[in-house]
Amino acid sequence: MRQSDFRRLSLILLFAPFALWILLLIVLPHIGMGVLALREKVGPRVYEFGFGNFLEFAHEPIYWNTLIRTGTMSLLVTALALLIGFPIAYYIAKVAGRRARGALFLICLIPLWVSDLIRAFGWILLLRETGVISSALQAMGLVDGPIELLYNDATVIIGLVYTVILFMIVPLVSTLDGMDNAMIEAGYNLGGTGFTVLRRIIVPYAMPGIVAGCIIVFMLTAGSYLTPILLGGKYSSWFTETIYQQFITRYNWEGGAAFGFLLLAFTSAVVWIGLKLSGQTLAGTVAKS
Amino acid sequence: MGDAAPGPTAGGVSSFPAIRGCAQSMAVSPDYDLECEAVSKSFGPVRAVDDVSFEIPSGSFFSILGPSGCGKTTLMRMIAGFEDPSSGDIRIKGRSVVAVPPNRRNVKMVFQHLALFPMMNVYENIAYGLRCNGVAKAEIRRKVMDVLERIALPDVAERQIHQLSGGQKQRIAIARCMVLDPDVLLLDEPLGALDLKLREAMKIELKLLQHQFNTTFVYITHDQSEALVMSDRVAVMNHGRFEQIGTPQELYHRPASAFVAGFVGDANRWSGRVAEVANPHARVETAAGLSALCVPADGQALRAGDAVEVFVRPEFIRAERLAGVEQSAGNSLAGTVDSLLFNGANSRVLVRCDNAALIEADVTLTGGPDDLRPGEAVRLSWAPEQAKCFAAEAARP
Repeated sequence: MRQSDFRRLSLILLFAPFALWILLLIVLPHIGMGVLALREKVGPRVYEFGFGNFLEFAHEPIYWNTLIRTGTMSLLVTALALLIGFPIAYYIAKVAGRRARGALFLICLIPLWVSDLIRAFGWILLLRETGVISSALQAMGLVDGPIELLYNDATVIIGLVYTVILFMIVPLVSTLDGMDNAMIEAGYNLGGTGFTVLRRIIVPYAMPGIVAGCIIVFMLTAGSYLTPILLGGKYSSWFTETIYQQFITRYNWEGGAAFGFLLLAFTSAVVWIGLKLSGQTLAGTVAKS
Repeated sequence: MGDAAPGPTAGGVSSFPAIRGCAQSMAVSPDYDLECEAVSKSFGPVRAVDDVSFEIPSGSFFSILGPSGCGKTTLMRMIAGFEDPSSGDIRIKGRSVVAVPPNRRNVKMVFQHLALFPMMNVYENIAYGLRCNGVAKAEIRRKVMDVLERIALPDVAERQIHQLSGGQKQRIAIARCMVLDPDVLLLDEPLGALDLKLREAMKIELKLLQHQFNTTFVYITHDQSEALVMSDRVAVMNHGRFEQIGTPQELYHRPASAFVAGFVGDANRWSGRVAEVANPHARVETAAGLSALCVPADGQALRAGDAVEVFVRPEFIRAERLAGVEQSAGNSLAGTVDSLLFNGANSRVLVRCDNAALIEADVTLTGGPDDLRPGEAVRLSWAPEQAKCFAAEAARP
């Protein structure tokens, strides 16, 4: 009897920090934001319950255009991160030797040791008009005057891919690592070409890792703020920037809260569609990778 | 199975007449599905496979038997094309395949852990190879169903891999290869993961499947009973070399080396020195003080004073109660029963001799009053012909 009491107590103690974290930092703030989002401002300091904040979003094309744009660019970043990350992950998990694997993983982690802000400024140093690349091109005589490489969509996408690619590589490495090499060899042995083995064996096997990586990367990208703002400038039109403007510039907390929920609903919908299309379940992908 | 590569067989044979000529008769079709000639493989300073040559006639069951780390898996991977030999030649149906990538060789492999694709069902697993070869859809369905029929699992096509039992997985893995009509099927210890009962059943089943498909099977194992039971011919491999190739009976009764004698089957093993040579026998004094008449193994010329190892199989040693047994002409030794190792028909008795050596002998235990009991005095006897001695190998560990 005492043994089971003890076990129950230790279970509760172990669970408590997690429960507190979920409750205090996730659930409560969201309830607060939900209440805020559903308050309509009808006059100074006069509020009513209603969906006005959400309707405002629907009536103003610039808002939903920004949201769509954020979504498409995030999908593009996710696809690029997958395309670049998959070969890297495959190399780390299947090609590199046991000792090289750890070192390569560490190298992938190094960018994370530097803060987001510093990394973005690093890109700025490289890409601005008076930056390293522009000066180098001028010195080589390839361009006549200084060129501005910042503040365009390509730069924002490159910067975002750079920031999030690690979160694609980690789940991919862990799923590919669990794959028996004999399965790849069997794929060749039974007559498959390299492409067939990749398409019919490696990718289907790695699907949980691919989906998990894509979810993480998409969520991180769609919710990122620093990189699009610093590399894209005022024309980056990232939805998080719109939310920021509502809260800070316009001091419209109700609108900001509503937009926050819209972003959450939008990204969740995209992830849901992605899961349906790939035939995976959220539990399956997270558990396997 | 012969229809897989009819052209190359004829062409290949005629292009390599000199190599094969001498040993075999100059028959038109020396039907070898697989030939290895002086195949070696080095990993840095380690020679994993060292100058291995053999040929396997069509439709036979060939085993490569050796302890783990003897290079048998490397050899198999070279045949399948996953490793390139450092030197030597591998020919399938008479054609050299050294330069052929693994997916173009008509050699299929059953992997140690089977490597069935978990994301596909049984049907897709078997159809995979056919699809790679661009076979038409209707033809694929016909062939898959046909092979499932032949392995006696006609109803599992739509099952997922994890829904199959161990023995079923085994058969699917074989079917997945056989549906492609391979020239040679390689099996890399596929029974290793099964439990004992199933393993025994699968041994017989594998042999039957081999007969049914009439394809050359090359079976890699460290389990001598698997090799002996199933094979037409067995190669015993040690330290990257073939010690002996022969039928199971030859290996068992006429081992060519001390390693084969020790590795294939059980044996009492004593090291000693030759005291005198009197053809055909040799008298050996063992380190433990035992004196025994032996025959030198085939091709061994022994002189007095040579260090030798003597092997006597337990089933050739008779253990009888001391009372009423007169000294026979062969080897004979008195001792006391130390313990009985009961194992049904394969029961053994451990006899401690006067000079403290323990000797194993097979006995029949019926459960009746005539059975030997620990502590009883017994006489062990065996014919000199059943005691094989080999020159002790100093260099090899």
